[in-house]
Amino acid sequence: MNIDTKNIILKAENLSIGYKTKKAKFIVASNINFELQQGQLIGLVGANGIGKSTLLRTLIKVQPTLSGSILLNGNVLESINTLDLAKQLSIVLTEPLSSKNLTVYELVALGRHPYTNWIGNLTKNDADVINNALDLVNISGLKDKRCYELSDGQLQKVMLARALAQDTDIIVLDEPTTHLDMYHKAYILKLLQKLTKETGKTILFSSHEIDLAIQLCDSMIVMKADKVIYNAPCNLISSGVFESLFPKDLIAFDSKTGSFRVNK
Amino acid sequence: MSKQKTYYSQFLLLLVVLILCFFINLSLGSVSIPLKSIFGSLFGSLENNTWEIIIIDYRLPKAITAILVGSGLGISGLLMQTLFRNPLAGPFVLGISSGASLGVALVILGSGLFGGLLTTVLISKWSIVIASSLGSFLVLMAVIAVSSKVRDTMAILIIGLMFGSITAAVVSVLSYFSSAEQLQQYIFWGFGSLSNLSWQDLLIFFGIYTIGIILSIASIKGLNSLLLGDNYAKSLGLNLKQNRLILILATSLIAGTITAFAGPIAFIGLAIPHLTRQIFKTSNHKILLPAVFLFGAIVMLICDSIAQIPGSDYTLPINAITALIGAPVVIWLLVRQRKMIF
Repeated sequence: MNIDTKNIILKAENLSIGYKTKKAKFIVASNINFELQQGQLIGLVGANGIGKSTLLRTLIKVQPTLSGSILLNGNVLESINTLDLAKQLSIVLTEPLSSKNLTVYELVALGRHPYTNWIGNLTKNDADVINNALDLVNISGLKDKRCYELSDGQLQKVMLARALAQDTDIIVLDEPTTHLDMYHKAYILKLLQKLTKETGKTILFSSHEIDLAIQLCDSMIVMKADKVIYNAPCNLISSGVFESLFPKDLIAFDSKTGSFRVNK
Repeated sequence: MSKQKTYYSQFLLLLVVLILCFFINLSLGSVSIPLKSIFGSLFGSLENNTWEIIIIDYRLPKAITAILVGSGLGISGLLMQTLFRNPLAGPFVLGISSGASLGVALVILGSGLFGGLLTTVLISKWSIVIASSLGSFLVLMAVIAVSSKVRDTMAILIIGLMFGSITAAVVSVLSYFSSAEQLQQYIFWGFGSLSNLSWQDLLIFFGIYTIGIILSIASIKGLNSLLLGDNYAKSLGLNLKQNRLILILATSLIAGTITAFAGPIAFIGLAIPHLTRQIFKTSNHKILLPAVFLFGAIVMLICDSIAQIPGSDYTLPINAITALIGAPVVIWLLVRQRKMIF
């Protein structure tokens, strides 16, 4: 294995995503290509209903690919068994927790499941990883709180800590900034950036905060109706990708400031 | 610095209460036997032969049955509540008990259709046990099959209730065509009873129950990850299909045999996990499972002691007692806490 491929954590080749029924294939997006490198923060943006969630669900093996391939650490995603996958890829979803009666510590400790014995006993090493994860997202003070006592922003940090405790190469987050105020949106995304730098993990997230993503991400995946583009934010701006992201009747992209403005 | 809270004092307290209830249960009944004589007959130094027969052949198997029934129903309720992520789930609501009832009804009431010699063979204890376990397993499989198509857990509960209605309807059709004796036998089975088990029956009961409990203990880790939801559980390396099958198998084995030997006992399966969560205030199954075991056993022993009506010759149907005593307690607890911990 040469050095080039070693640094690539997740790779998509000519990927088509969508839904399959017995009768027909319903293609949401096709010809998707990207190589996500170790230690990078990658934002996935696009309009509502364009297929961001479908792409993420395909990447985390909840949904099968239609054609093309996904490689995780050089292995075809379909061939990786559930337990091995759990040691390489962790997720933070938008779906609500089934039970909010767990304490923060218990919830983060669940992230150690792929490594613990049959009954889930935590070793000293597990406890260290959990405490480290709590420290990394600054929620050590919350660890005895119950999840129903937390605000949306705190809960999002807890879910992130759980994914960190799972100690995987890549963390995939589906819209981590929904339901958060402007400050916490920036806080969470800034935290993701910090984590990629400090832990060397690859983090992929979908978001509607395009301006924040442009400022913080190493590279971005932009989903449009006709194609999916993967590049660094500055290249995306100079090639005018964001101008055509939305219908032009209401908002326009200002390439100087890197943000959207409402048409006066 | 592990922050996993331990609950030694609560467990110790529950264990003491359980042992206390066990001996009180042994001493109460139509004949009141002092505790000293109970120890005497248990450990062989007899002074009263009648008392020893009452204790060894009647009250001891009954008390052990109560412990198995209470703990078993509580645990199967806990498994179902976590699997379906619904605080309303339990062997009864999901139609598991009705499935078992249907199996038993087919054996007791339907045996008339086969007639003659077959009847005596069919109504052995074994056939009732098998029919009831099979009935509960089939209903649970049907619920699961439907639930894989329907994602809404509320819909699954409604489907479980519908299965319950269907089995109830089949039972009433069957009873319409049955003789009065068969009907009576079925109705008495439906009252629930802890006192019909010989030591031999108890051995069979205990064997199947143990398999169910072992399966439950083996699923503790999976149960905990299910608290996050299916997708998270899978992302933590859990084999969802296998885990689901084991949980269903455990529940139908436990609930099925209990229903076979002791009749369809209401309320315990739904309520015990909730009462336990009110005391232990955790969702961690490593703590909940043994706690539910102890708590279910205690409640069942108390209910049985009350059903005996100490000092009288009457014995009330256990099924009525569990609901009469238990349901108000659950309502009171929930109203007081104003919130369902799940």
